Amino acid sequence: MAEPIAVLSSRYDVPDAHTLEGYKREGGYSALPQALEIAPGDLVAMVKEAGLRGRGGAGFPTGVKWSFMPKGTGKPTYLVVNADESEPGTFKDRELMERDPFQLLEGIAIACHALESERAFIYIRGEYLFPGMRLEEAMTEAYAAGYLGDDILGSGVNVHVTLHYGAGAYICGEETALLDSLEGRRGQPRLRPPFPAVAGLYASPTAVNNVESIANVPWIVERGVDWYKSLGTEKSAGTKLVCVSGEVKRPGNYEWPMGATFREIIETSCEGMLDGREVRFFAPGGSSTPLLTAEHLDVELDFDAVAAAGSLLGTAALMVYSDKTSVVEAARNWTKFYEHESCGKCTPCREGTFWLSQVYDRMLSGGGRPQDLQILDEVCDNIFGRSFCALGDAATSPIKSSLKYFRDEYEHLVEHGRLPDGLEPHAGIITDNAARHRPTDFAQPATVRAGSLR
Amino acid sequence: MFSEQLRGRAEALVDRYPQKRSALLPLLHLVQHADGHISEDGIAECAELLELTKAEVGAVATFYTMYKRGEMGRHLVSVCTSFSCAVRGGAEVYDRLKAKLGLAQNETSADGSITLEHAECLGNCEGAPLVTVDYLNYECQSVADAEALVDAILAGETLPPPTRGPVPPGIREASYRLAGLGPVEDADGPIARAAAKAEGHHGGPTPAATAPSGPGWVAPEVIPTFSEAEVAEREAAKAAVRAAGLDPEDVAGAGGPSAREFPSRDPDFEAQEPGTAPGEKPGRSAAGIPGAGAAPEDDPRTEEQVEAEGDEESTDG
Repeated sequence: MAEPIAVLSSRYDVPDAHTLEGYKREGGYSALPQALEIAPGDLVAMVKEAGLRGRGGAGFPTGVKWSFMPKGTGKPTYLVVNADESEPGTFKDRELMERDPFQLLEGIAIACHALESERAFIYIRGEYLFPGMRLEEAMTEAYAAGYLGDDILGSGVNVHVTLHYGAGAYICGEETALLDSLEGRRGQPRLRPPFPAVAGLYASPTAVNNVESIANVPWIVERGVDWYKSLGTEKSAGTKLVCVSGEVKRPGNYEWPMGATFREIIETSCEGMLDGREVRFFAPGGSSTPLLTAEHLDVELDFDAVAAAGSLLGTAALMVYSDKTSVVEAARNWTKFYEHESCGKCTPCREGTFWLSQVYDRMLSGGGRPQDLQILDEVCDNIFGRSFCALGDAATSPIKSSLKYFRDEYEHLVEHGRLPDGLEPHAGIITDNAARHRPTDFAQPATVRAGSLR
Repeated sequence: MFSEQLRGRAEALVDRYPQKRSALLPLLHLVQHADGHISEDGIAECAELLELTKAEVGAVATFYTMYKRGEMGRHLVSVCTSFSCAVRGGAEVYDRLKAKLGLAQNETSADGSITLEHAECLGNCEGAPLVTVDYLNYECQSVADAEALVDAILAGETLPPPTRGPVPPGIREASYRLAGLGPVEDADGPIARAAAKAEGHHGGPTPAATAPSGPGWVAPEVIPTFSEAEVAEREAAKAAVRAAGLDPEDVAGAGGPSAREFPSRDPDFEAQEPGTAPGEKPGRSAAGIPGAGAAPEDDPRTEEQVEAEGDEESTDG
């Protein structure tokens, strides 16, 4: 039996953890002085050894990514933090930046030292205004106290951070599209290779890492590699912020060690499903990951275990839906999302998502035809693997998986022109969620005095 | 159009980035602060500041959802209709607000107080259904809650505080903050100054003004190189084309050996001989190739080539 654990979220309940005073009182900024004593190469080796895997969805080992960065190219090296969290169902980075922004800034300072980079960009999605405000306030305090800027803590290391707001494009969460967007272009993915580690931002060596990945770094430095590896499973070390939403009693962000099962998370943290509802299907890592069914609730929270079950861990955005919710409606909703967010670069994705969306509209308005299921299947096959980035592949996930597990619902819809009986349009508003019990007051940091920066 | 003061702030924004063009997204937010939407003047001004064409700026502005081409009202009300919100009633909230206000997606009320939109996942699924005003989140909004919120906006009353963060200030004020310039009411305060601190710290020499990594750029290592025999063959083919009185560049599309091969992500993919259909054996005639229609009547290949290909076919058979 796994137990929930609070590492990254350990300061979430502290009312002033977003201020430097509160952060330091709760043990913050104890890793940075240690890290500055360690040689950059050793820091990279440490993160590699700890087995930290990227938390943005792909699960690529962070230390390995860092070790790909070439040295001595004569070009600057950049760290770009991907805070463009737009995957439906995902809200882990938002809460982290709102409640504990210094954790991210400390991680950035350590990562910049490890990568010998002087300049970091945080690309945050534009809709995240409040998390952005919290980060700006935190940056103000960190600059004033010497945790950012030139010669941080007298170590000779310079770290400058720019917060850059996006403007509402899901595709900018894809790392090469993010770089194009940060260069002031339309956010469209680039052909790889070259990978961003070699030619990223301004064609310079660039590390692109998710917020949660960077936030793990101070913990690895402070508590050590062995401690970190003791959390989680052999191949997926550490803890994971799991964002649960949908028809559970208490949706919210919960931190669990890797290796916990989905059933444990839903039963323990979310207090189960809403009364009178049973799990019918869930997406383990956001809408881009193939749906799983009630049979898969005992699958472990682990990149490889979820892959073995036929899905992906993605961002661990667990979206749980019940027997009173239509999977066809869910697939249509997500298909509309991908239709809207397809950047238009690759034909299969640009055209395919429109076709899929039209087929869903036709079926759900009662005009479904028996061959529609085959059309959905064929269009998906023609999108999958034929686009530059993973958005096209992702668009097919909910469709292919729902056709696989819930073909009877599709067939009923086509045959009768309506969804099966017993489905409800919605479950009503949430009566209780995890965030409701956390401090929400808004305050300007008191420690920043006007004029104290120059 | 930027005021003189805003123009100064815009120039400072441009200086914040190692390359000018990176400031485009923040500048477009600033245009929305000044004009309430992406205006023609604003596009022209961004283009001038960044030494781009208006078409280049327009192409970027139309790509992103948050840049609105129609003038926005005082507040932007967004209703999340992604599935985790929809399953808790978000779709119903949007439908009811639409009916109440008589507005469709991205339309503004007649009195200029509200622009309504439905949005893709706004990243607050634990507080479904979510309604945001000027991108500040109101969680767990029933239809009645959302209607009360809209009523307060229509009546010009002070809004209730959102679940977290300050009372929505208006979309123009929020846009100023989204430009990365800090709070508009304290434009020279500590937050604004801290945000500008990175200026000039590019971690080394400023990279070349035009990155070779933009869309359409292909790294040298993925452009195939050719053996001496292939080069000789190509030169012979070109000579034959010239002999026929044509420019080899014009008929290059006919799929000679110089046609590019692009890498495939499929590990089982076998590079296809240029000018053949999948599964087709190499050496067949160039029929059906894009650009082949422009090929000369005379066969540009040398007699030796034709002969050699004939041999290949016979050995295959």
